[in-house]
Amino acid sequence: MSTPEIPQRPWRQRYHVSAIAWTVTIVVLLILSSMATGANFGMFLANINQFTVLLVQMSHPAWAYLSVIIQPLYETIQMAILGTTIGAAFAIPFSLLAASNLVGNKVLRNLIRLFLDLVRTLPDLLLAAIFVAVFGIGSTAGVITLAIFSFGMVSKLFYEVIETIDMGPLEAMKSVGASKVTIIWYAVLPQILNQFVSYFLYTLEINVRASTVLGYLGAGGIGVYLQRSLDQFNYSATAVIILATLVVVMVIDGVSNHLRRVLL
Amino acid sequence: MQATATQTNPIISFKHVNKIYDNGTVGLKDINFDIPRGQFLVVVGLSGAGKSTLLRTINRMHEITSGEVLVDNESVSDYKGKALRHLRRHIGMIFQNFNLVKRATVEKNVLSGLVGYYPTWRCVLGLFTPHDRKRAFQALDRVSLTKKLFSRADELSGGQQQRVAIARALMQDPKIMLADEPIASLDPRTTKAVMDTLKRLNREDGITVIVNLHSVELAREYADRIVGLRSGELVYDEPIDQVTEAGLNQIYQTKPEA
Repeated sequence: MSTPEIPQRPWRQRYHVSAIAWTVTIVVLLILSSMATGANFGMFLANINQFTVLLVQMSHPAWAYLSVIIQPLYETIQMAILGTTIGAAFAIPFSLLAASNLVGNKVLRNLIRLFLDLVRTLPDLLLAAIFVAVFGIGSTAGVITLAIFSFGMVSKLFYEVIETIDMGPLEAMKSVGASKVTIIWYAVLPQILNQFVSYFLYTLEINVRASTVLGYLGAGGIGVYLQRSLDQFNYSATAVIILATLVVVMVIDGVSNHLRRVLL
Repeated sequence: MQATATQTNPIISFKHVNKIYDNGTVGLKDINFDIPRGQFLVVVGLSGAGKSTLLRTINRMHEITSGEVLVDNESVSDYKGKALRHLRRHIGMIFQNFNLVKRATVEKNVLSGLVGYYPTWRCVLGLFTPHDRKRAFQALDRVSLTKKLFSRADELSGGQQQRVAIARALMQDPKIMLADEPIASLDPRTTKAVMDTLKRLNREDGITVIVNLHSVELAREYADRIVGLRSGELVYDEPIDQVTEAGLNQIYQTKPEA
């Protein structure tokens, strides 16, 4: 009995031709795009001391400022929670209709997806500007902006989750004579619930950060104070706002990790 | 065996059933046969011979291209919406991959067999009657899994999951039980437990059982009758006392001799 010959790897695989080619292509594209856009690494190095000056100032946070921003930070969190909840609630029916494994009707599915693409295309700053104009300066404009922004993002994340579920339980529910709603309730929701919660909290985290920027446009929350401190070159106050926001983001992250472990 | 008046009143009949998939593949070719009430029928054949398709034409999980499938002397082809759901709720089905909702409890999985009998809003709110909850417990008792009532389905072994799936089908109060390769992902010992359970339901409750199997040995052990499919055609159909080794081998020949 002779040992079978080990087949030779083709030379393309042996020398990792495609991996090397891709790396080279991406580096070349990066260099080309920096040249095309005028992003200049030399300028970055020449002005780096400006940046260190700023960093030095920011490294001495004015902790006294904390008492000023606690209230607006609280408002920011409320805005983010409200906006994310409203957006996610609307996202659930839309994501179910956009999932290719649940909706066979291609036309309906693509219409829904087109609508969702449209919503995602609208930049949150534009939305905030519009709603500030409509509802006036304040957190109402912020909540609505965040709701729409979350809706667009969460819908896409949700329907991509739905498309990865195990179809077996759906077949089983169909075979016992379940109606569509019952099938979704019994066979789809249990499979996606923990990822929904995880994406909801991820969106909440993004919204806390986004709402700091929205404050620039008068949409309420801590952004107003961020803008004020930057305008006054009061970088030690800016540092406090950033650190406080970091704490909020970290808390949300902790809750998210915990819930995911519990719900898994 | 009780084969008296059953021959004249089959529970399922296939009449010139053809199934051609959209891509032109022939799934079933002119299938004609009757299944009498209370029979334990085993369908054998190679992978892709059309066993799963044949099984799913009975509860309309697959549509047929032409011909007729009769269940209780009624053609199932025209059923829509509610009528279709009513047909399905009397036909239990178990699957190779068990198809339980893994994150839900065993109790919820068993109760889900009942949803065809409940209005949607009661299903959504989980409002099952105490009587039905008791039935769920009894169904689990029949597959010897009462201790697992509140366990999560994914904590159970493969054989236990398949028995939960059988309990779910039992909740439907089925006249017919379809089993699509129910033991393909199980080891020999749990295979026996699952096949024995199906046999018991067939003997004690008079449920007509139709099982797709790869294993000819198991088919010979449990079936009242064996039919064989090859490339979508019915090439073998014998009651168990007429089954011979040579006849079964003929099903698995890749090239028909004529």
